[in-house]
Amino acid sequence: MKGYFDYASGCPVDERVLEAMLPYFKIPGNPSSVHSQGYQAREAIEKARESVAELIEAEPNEIIFTSGATESNNLALIGFALRNKDKGRHIITSKIEHMSILNPCKFLQKNGFEISYVPVDKDGIVDLSFIENSIREDTILISIQHANNEIGTIQPIEEIKEISGNIPLHVDATASLGKIEVDIQTLKADLVTLSSNDIYGPRGVGALFVRKGVKLHPLILGGGQERGLRSGTENVAGIVGFGVAAEITKKEYKEESERLKRFRDRIIENVLKIENSYLNGHRERRLPNNVNVRFSYIEGESLVLSLDMEGIQASTGSACSSKTLQPSHVLTAIGLKHEEAHGSLLITLGRYNTEDDVNKLIEVLPSAVERLRMMSPLYRRR
Amino acid sequence: MYSEKLFEHFRNPRNVGEIENPDGVGTVGNPVCGDLMTFMIKVKDDVIEDIKFKTFGCGAAIATSSIATEMAKGKKIEEALKISKKVVADALGGLPPQKMHCSNLASDALRMAITDYLRKTNQIERIKELGLEKELKILEGEETEEHEETSEVEEFLND
Ligand code: FES
Repeated sequence: MKGYFDYASGCPVDERVLEAMLPYFKIPGNPSSVHSQGYQAREAIEKARESVAELIEAEPNEIIFTSGATESNNLALIGFALRNKDKGRHIITSKIEHMSILNPCKFLQKNGFEISYVPVDKDGIVDLSFIENSIREDTILISIQHANNEIGTIQPIEEIKEISGNIPLHVDATASLGKIEVDIQTLKADLVTLSSNDIYGPRGVGALFVRKGVKLHPLILGGGQERGLRSGTENVAGIVGFGVAAEITKKEYKEESERLKRFRDRIIENVLKIENSYLNGHRERRLPNNVNVRFSYIEGESLVLSLDMEGIQASTGSACSSKTLQPSHVLTAIGLKHEEAHGSLLITLGRYNTEDDVNKLIEVLPSAVERLRMMSPLYRRR
Repeated sequence: MYSEKLFEHFRNPRNVGEIENPDGVGTVGNPVCGDLMTFMIKVKDDVIEDIKFKTFGCGAAIATSSIATEMAKGKKIEEALKISKKVVADALGGLPPQKMHCSNLASDALRMAITDYLRKTNQIERIKELGLEKELKILEGEETEEHEETSEVEEFLND
């Protein structure tokens, strides 16, 4: 994993997590079975539920396990809308949410709901007065991410809660969990999306915090597992892994974030020495592991490939690297022009990054940028 | 997603740069993702003696520029015009479907540079013979560039 700076795209599973999971691949019991093997599986799930709940200061029975953040976001949006449509059909969200929020919103729009999309400023902070002005009598839900996975900007969730009063609030904490404090008591959210892989747990597992009293319609119907909100035989080993990952995170995240923050600041400082380079996202209100920069005159995909040749893995929001050949909607929302979004580079740090990695990155980046600039018809050397 | 051959050209692109006093220049923009490619040629006795490119775009765009210029160098004009997007893509061992438009760019830039040369040397008849009227119109600013795939992609994106 040397030189890996793409933790926002995927995290390796922590060895300790993997070890804890292994026995559960061998237990044959279905958690719903009455016999001892089934009981063992059930116990393990409930223990994991406690660990995940503890991480965010919630009650265990407020945690619903899902197949990941995407499903949690779908359940929070569509599940909530279906169940509460009698109260109203208006939902507020932001323009820089993850696609697993924006696409469910699109779906709801096609099915009789109205969505207001809150704009953000040039640093990616949501416009609070827009939220205030958008609230209507029939607003049933507000969904705003805790922090952005691309530009790292942290949203003022508490202020949003103050503005919105008792309108239910969903917070997608996928990017923030394990990086900054995610505490239900301070966030005062009613629904919170959590992902396992983002805290070094296995993929294919996530959770939705559902505050007591909040009603949802399940999206997956069947045997009634997870209090009827998510049917299907539980992914026992995965859930156990998520639980252990949550325990480790609870213990270690503060120290880890401090360490990554120092790396982050060193990278930002050095990268911005390259001429015509700019930081995307807020300088201070930013995830400790996120660096998003852009370089004029060059394109991000070719920069990512160039860095990969040097043993550094990163990511970009350039149109050329997306399936739709559109630039990242987040970069567009913070006001970047197409060609500005083109030269973006996303560096996300994680548990296994070392000082050496950071030194290497700082060393190879300037020449990679320079090499591409020499090839660019837009670049004129002074 | 990319072939070894493509990576090789991306790593060591041939013919990067500019030519002083070129005989023909072709610049095309990519309407799909917004990239830019410039080809410059030097022609002697109807042969492309030298060719250079500059590209602002993805890895595939840089590699296709490199291989297209490599293939065109030393060729007679008529032969060079046979370097179509398919020829370019095949030479790189194929391209992922969403990257095919990048190879268009390289063959278009080459055609434009050739047309520019023919225009500057008053070979208007040959432009017609070689089927380069569209390129001529673009060069003279009567028409903005058009790419066959544009509408298709736009339809997809706007869906
Ligand atoms: S130049 Fe943009 S995708 Fe190839």
